[in-house]
Amino acid sequence: MSVPTSTTFDPHSDEPDLPLYEARKQIYPQSVSGTYRRIKWIILAVTLGIYYILPFIRWDRGPNAPNQAVLIDMPHRRAYFFFIEIWPQEVYYLTGLLILAAMALFLMNALAGRIWCGYLCPQTVWTDLFMAVERLIEGDRRERMQRDAGPFTVEVFALKLLKHTFWLLIAWWTGGAWVLYFDDAPTLVVQLLTFQGSATAYISIFVLTFTTYTFAGLMREQICLYACPWPRIQAALTDEHALNVTYRYDRGEQRMSVKKAAALRAAGEPVGDCIDCQQCVAVCPTGVDIRNGPSLGCIQCGLCIDACDDVMTKIGRPTRLIAYDTDVNIKRRQSGLANIFKPIRSRTILYAFVIAAVGGLMAYQLVTRAPSTITVIHDRNPIYVKLSDGRIRNAYTVRIANMLNDPRTYVFSVAGLEHAQVDIIGAEHAAQGELFITVGPDQTRELRVLVTHELDDRRGAPVALYFEIRDELDGRLAVGKDFFRTPNTVH
Amino acid sequence: MEQKTSAPADKSAPAPSGVGTTGHSWDGIEELNNPLPRWWLWSFYACIVWAVGYWFLYPAIPLVSSYTKGLLGWQSRTQIEVDMAELKAMRSGMTTKIEATDLADIEKNPELLSFARAQGSAAFAVNCAPCHGAGAQGFKGYPNLNDDDWIWGGKAEDILTTIKHGVRWEQDSNSRSGVMPAFGRDGLLNRKEIATVADYVMSLSGLAVDKGADLAAGKTLFAANCAACHGDAGKGNQEMGAPNLSDKVWLYGSDKAAIIERITIGGGGVMPAWSNRLDTATMKSLAVYVHTLGGGK
Ligand code: SF4
Ligand code: SF4
Repeated sequence: MSVPTSTTFDPHSDEPDLPLYEARKQIYPQSVSGTYRRIKWIILAVTLGIYYILPFIRWDRGPNAPNQAVLIDMPHRRAYFFFIEIWPQEVYYLTGLLILAAMALFLMNALAGRIWCGYLCPQTVWTDLFMAVERLIEGDRRERMQRDAGPFTVEVFALKLLKHTFWLLIAWWTGGAWVLYFDDAPTLVVQLLTFQGSATAYISIFVLTFTTYTFAGLMREQICLYACPWPRIQAALTDEHALNVTYRYDRGEQRMSVKKAAALRAAGEPVGDCIDCQQCVAVCPTGVDIRNGPSLGCIQCGLCIDACDDVMTKIGRPTRLIAYDTDVNIKRRQSGLANIFKPIRSRTILYAFVIAAVGGLMAYQLVTRAPSTITVIHDRNPIYVKLSDGRIRNAYTVRIANMLNDPRTYVFSVAGLEHAQVDIIGAEHAAQGELFITVGPDQTRELRVLVTHELDDRRGAPVALYFEIRDELDGRLAVGKDFFRTPNTVH
Repeated sequence: MEQKTSAPADKSAPAPSGVGTTGHSWDGIEELNNPLPRWWLWSFYACIVWAVGYWFLYPAIPLVSSYTKGLLGWQSRTQIEVDMAELKAMRSGMTTKIEATDLADIEKNPELLSFARAQGSAAFAVNCAPCHGAGAQGFKGYPNLNDDDWIWGGKAEDILTTIKHGVRWEQDSNSRSGVMPAFGRDGLLNRKEIATVADYVMSLSGLAVDKGADLAAGKTLFAANCAACHGDAGKGNQEMGAPNLSDKVWLYGSDKAAIIERITIGGGGVMPAWSNRLDTATMKSLAVYVHTLGGGK
């Protein structure tokens, strides 16, 4: 047994341990302009525009249905999206949407890393908006840093108060817009302003105001670093061919001043393009130094690319010292090989295929969706009833759904068993041997259907029954299938 | 044991991840230094404060014979009463309509019918299913309510009366009554006579009888002892709760032993009166529900 050369962790040691908790480093992102900043502004305007305006867009569905283009009607259990109307039993569309969303996220990630984080994530979009407001009121990075380091004067207080007021206003409007998706927007706005909205509406607005203000104003990068699961999942999902915001160290190192670089370059020595001006770090909303390589903190917003491009232009060197690139390419360039880009790989093909398949299936479902449906449930207990005359009766619960916006009358029939007696409890009327059922606009109706038949003494399989409804108006047919069972049927 | 054998802690030395280590090392496995953010710690404390708030506001700590009641005085019992009152208020519109409408008219109105059936089925599951079964399919001695054979009447009104006052329920003077004598136990008929009348009863509904059964003697015995209640042809009498013996539905079974047993010990089933326990709307809903199971007259 060898003698330990030294011990490292001794719980009884007097040496102070490292702190378990870390104070937050305040980040003062500097304003920047360039290609990616412009893309981000456009996306911000479009996404927030959609979010705030969409509830007010109208869509005519006739007199019996709401005319709001996008509406989730909880009390009536309906969801409307322009020409689509979803019933509760169709929430599988939601499943489909979630699969599509996940796959789209994975595909984005396989192509260019965390572009969701950098451009589209609500956390990023609202944080960007809040930072813009902050910059407008308190000035840019340097100004804010100086003010925060200086004394807390009345003027500072006034500026901060103004900033937080605007933040709260935006946050409040954000929460307010959210509830508009759940009720008729113009009516609700009036109700809310006259204090006649429901408690649920006010509580939702309050919660969303609070979270928007806290997340986008106060927490910012902390959400991305500590609260969001996507960076962790993303890191496990990514591969070496996904484009990432990358510091091209093959070009950047050794870092040195412009003057020294010029001298060395003249002497024919190898020189790096990075002048260590820290501009990339100054603009970063999460305080990352991208030159240290890929990191969990980088949301890949591309702002450091804009910042560095600016610097490179000024010193007369080629731009894109920081760029969407891969480590593979850096290595290849270092060994004198050409760049490779592989947007088409097995994983991107797989994601695209799943997106196409699920999207196609949903579209198909939507197009072929029947406006009237019938579902049949056989009584479970008892499965059959013996009547006093010895005949056998099976009972079914039948639900007819009329998904159209006008009332419909259906001719009801049961096929499959000859000479069976069919009774419906609660049917409107029967005429010429036909049973008629009327279902109101956008409603369902439940009926109890009794099918009675002689007991067949031979043992046999259950007889298939077809419950049919024919729309009197357009002759459209919907069929539900179930079985007729007797004491003599097997299974 | 060999362990703790690495070099002195260099807490600042970056590991390959770019993060320094804590200096802790077990069998050469080092721990990266990724401290939690301080706000996380504060939210943890906030949760503790929140939890302590619960202790004071809500029932929390068990004492010897009681428990701390909490400043809000909240109780799950009161809560459920409030919820039930809310539910009642919500349903009151329909409830009043059900109370004011004839059973026959309820069944003609789709809206009332579906409400009554839903309420009836819920009340059935709670109150009736223990004897009659979850689907009202019945058991031996407990009638199947899906078929068209009724002991006390199968019209909606008859069903309602049975629900209200029960069957052979002593506390209710309006209860359905009528008891079959214990012909065997009380010595009204001897064993042979019982077997003979049982053969005859089986023949009434076309069941196969033993070879050599004396149906003529059975008929005479039936006319003398049973016809008063069950009728000359054994068709039964719902006024007295005497079942129809000529159909295919048997409450206690259709084999000879079961029939002999019934003649020997007589009696009949018991059902509680519900008028003291359920409100009118619920009982009416139950009557509609049972009536529309399929066998209602
Ligand atoms: S390192 Fe660059 S890309 Fe990453 S978050 Fe910071 S600014 Fe955006
Ligand atoms: S902005 Fe460009 S030049 Fe300046 S430090 Fe960053 S990488 Fe180097």
